[in-house]
Amino acid sequence: MSNIDAELARLIAPGRVHRRLYTDPAIFELEMERIFDAAWVYVGHESQIKKPGDYFATRMGRKPVVLVRDEEGKVRVIRNQCAHRGAMVVATDKGNAAEFTCCYHGWTYHLDGRVKAVPLNHGYPQGFDPKDPKIGMLPVPRVKSYRGFIFASGASDGPSLEDSLGHMTTSLDDMVDRAPDGEIEVAGGVFKHAYDGNWKVYFENLCDAAHPLFTHRSSIDAALAQSDDVHSDGSGEIAIRQMRQNAAPYSFWETQVGIWTYPNGHSYLGDYHDDSKLVAALKDPVFRQYIAALERKKGKEEAKRILEVRRWNSNIYPNVSLMSQFQQLRVVYPIAANRTVVHAYSFRLKGAPDQMLRNAVSFANVVNGTGSLVLTDDLEIYNRLDMGMSSEGCEWLQIGRGYQSDVPDAHGGRRGKNSTSEVYIRNMLDAWLGLMTKGQAAPVRAAS
Amino acid sequence: MAKRRKPKARPPSRRPVLVPRHRAAGRATEPLDLNRCERFLLHEARLLDDGKFDDWLALFTPDAWYWVPSEPDQDNPHDTVSLIYDDRRLLETRVRRLASPRIYSQEPRSRTSRIVSNVSIEDSGNNACTVRSKFLMIEYRRDSQRLFAGTAFHRLVQVDGGIFIASKRVNLVNCDAPLDGIVVPF
Repeated sequence: MSNIDAELARLIAPGRVHRRLYTDPAIFELEMERIFDAAWVYVGHESQIKKPGDYFATRMGRKPVVLVRDEEGKVRVIRNQCAHRGAMVVATDKGNAAEFTCCYHGWTYHLDGRVKAVPLNHGYPQGFDPKDPKIGMLPVPRVKSYRGFIFASGASDGPSLEDSLGHMTTSLDDMVDRAPDGEIEVAGGVFKHAYDGNWKVYFENLCDAAHPLFTHRSSIDAALAQSDDVHSDGSGEIAIRQMRQNAAPYSFWETQVGIWTYPNGHSYLGDYHDDSKLVAALKDPVFRQYIAALERKKGKEEAKRILEVRRWNSNIYPNVSLMSQFQQLRVVYPIAANRTVVHAYSFRLKGAPDQMLRNAVSFANVVNGTGSLVLTDDLEIYNRLDMGMSSEGCEWLQIGRGYQSDVPDAHGGRRGKNSTSEVYIRNMLDAWLGLMTKGQAAPVRAAS
Repeated sequence: MAKRRKPKARPPSRRPVLVPRHRAAGRATEPLDLNRCERFLLHEARLLDDGKFDDWLALFTPDAWYWVPSEPDQDNPHDTVSLIYDDRRLLETRVRRLASPRIYSQEPRSRTSRIVSNVSIEDSGNNACTVRSKFLMIEYRRDSQRLFAGTAFHRLVQVDGGIFIASKRVNLVNCDAPLDGIVVPF
């Protein structure tokens, strides 16, 4: 074990983590290399690049990449950097192209990133060969799609995507299975939020069942006091119902909801929001229409099985979180140790009534909206975490709740005795340490 | 959250009436001309800058909506997400939350300063009109300042001589940028 590995390992202890993990720029740089350029990270969805030539410019960690469907229909992820002088080649978020051209000296590239033409080609030294595979918009070594969700890894070898996802494939299945036609597509726009804090605190908060009652008190109180007689076109009703759900007392979280964690840092909150309590309540005519469509296409039994998967946020480490009941997907982009951007997408369930997407949009506005009455208090927390953690004083952060009561789960993971266990943080930190030390540190430290 | 001391009892407000000035000043027969519309917008901006959100809410009709799209040229608030899309019920909830002592994203409170200009009437008739205006808003909170700019479209209606907002759409020039939370309405 190298000195750096040993130093990193010392920052995580049973039930505790050192604040440097969230604030040290040197650790952040190492994360970009060892996590975001090595692990399987979510890049985009196949519906964003339906036809050959369709592209979507995004990032893996901080690195700009282009997700593109080539002439043969194959999905590619290539670095968005010109081989000549390093300029970013694709400057629009999305579109369709026959080739990519750098605006600086006109180098052009095939959709798979190979050099197509170099102006003034004759002027280069003898050994210069534009056909050299090392010259081009370089492909990210491994690209794999699971049921339309595209992941890529900057490492040439390592565990397969399926092995890395493990039991979490069932959460991706859950997103897709809910579509009567068996297919989903990105729709309804995107939210982009930013905060001055570390990327890990966002991910950790997604399974934090102990915060809503306190952090979201202002929106809970305002929603509880709201008269239902006031005019709503339906969207406000969805928002208010969601805010009221946050009023669930601690006893609810401790008896009705569970938290499951799996190897490689993944987790989900479960048994939350059964469909009779959801906005899309069983008696809601749109939801009934949707259930009927699902039953028609999949059969009654399968439809029942699908709807009984009741997961709240499913988090696939290190950068994507899913919420199947309202077709939400969030991608985390680390910018600096103290700066993070999150993109939140909605999906259309093909074969479902149009109103289902509208409900997803209303839900997105209240849960993932930049001006949401709920998310704004979460963003405040992320900012305050950094303001607190970034100075010396409280060196060790407590992540031990539930430490002694977590239990093994049937699919190779660990689950909390109930949802207020902080097992999901400990599990992420163990995955973090494994990736950061390339498996050199003991695999399990934070969890018991 | 810091514990707050109980506020001292304030002297009664000196404001003689709760009816906004623009409303008291109007008469049913007076047309919704540019001058009145502009004065109304300045009055609205002042209420927002002064943090009088209840009074601001009172400017809206019972079935009004308030909308800040997430995309330039966004067609409607139903098929695409919005930075804010409030029907009347949610707008009331938003305003009520702004008064909460436990609204942590407003601890400390923002201070805002707005300039409203380039006002024009886009269409009018039947005691109603659509007013287009430009705005700049500085928001200061916790050691940093943000600048918002854009175009607002107010659908104004005249009822019993008072002017009310039937709908308000705010197009931010940076609506699709990564942004930290938006809590104070535009």
